[in-house]
Amino acid sequence: MKYIYELHKTMVTRNLILVYEGEFTQEITKSVLAMAERNMDAIGEDSSVKRKVFNVMVECLQNIVKHSDEAEDNNYANRNAAVFMIGKQEDKYIITSGNPVSNDKVAILQGKLEYINSLDKEGLKDYYKDIIKNNKGLSPKGGAGLGFVDMARKSGQKLQFDFEPINDNISFFSLKTIIKRSTGKEDNE
Amino acid sequence: MEVINLEGTEDTPKIILDRNNGIFEISGRSLPEDSAEFYQPILDWLDEYSKSPNQETEFIFKLEYFNTASSKLILDILSKLETIEGTKIAWYFHEDDEDMEEAGTEFSELVEVPFEFKTY
Repeated sequence: MKYIYELHKTMVTRNLILVYEGEFTQEITKSVLAMAERNMDAIGEDSSVKRKVFNVMVECLQNIVKHSDEAEDNNYANRNAAVFMIGKQEDKYIITSGNPVSNDKVAILQGKLEYINSLDKEGLKDYYKDIIKNNKGLSPKGGAGLGFVDMARKSGQKLQFDFEPINDNISFFSLKTIIKRSTGKEDNE
Repeated sequence: MEVINLEGTEDTPKIILDRNNGIFEISGRSLPEDSAEFYQPILDWLDEYSKSPNQETEFIFKLEYFNTASSKLILDILSKLETIEGTKIAWYFHEDDEDMEEAGTEFSELVEVPFEFKTY
């Protein structure tokens, strides 16, 4: 039974206010959003911070709904297994997600995230406009190809990411986005 | 022409398209599971409307939040409106919502339609 204590201790020391593991659907997305909103309302969070957290959460959760791959590993899981967490600290919210992706997507994802992290505020704005103008319609999965760019713009910070190999076919993709608290203005860059 | 009148939900916006009363408005939250499917009837309606539009069309966007997939569809709507003579956009944003204001500014730079910015 010790794992319960261990898990709880991790949640407490990392200030995790919300952790969800399991299947991700639009219905789950709405519930997770509602919980996080209630939590922020309860502490009277600044509306601008609240909006940014909501925004990043939506893109993050809908990315998982659309792009998470089946795990297929006997030592780990044989299903859609993704995790979503929000941490709240004195000066920031930390929005984290983790999900399996097939190894052939790793290089593309990594390239895209590195490119986004190489851009400054104006660069991100131009990149966003370039994609929205030139991409014909949505992808077959219904994405606009704008999720990461939007997360980076709303955050005003670099996106942090990691790929942990699970086996020859899949890796675990972790993504962390930070939203600064208490400023609300753009003086935190 | 039929009137489109959709009640808003926690993940889809309220939409009214009513040519006889001159009301064209999208408001609330837009983060549907399938944006393309959700907005298709709106785009179809605008195609039909553009064949013989009112002399003036003031299209109101009063969005509290939209996701990136919706932003692509909003641009599609604006691109249709661009072809309709006498159209202007009223882009509402909450007075402390700089991101929504900036989103409107960016859309206004992507299409050739006059934008008016208003706070609520």
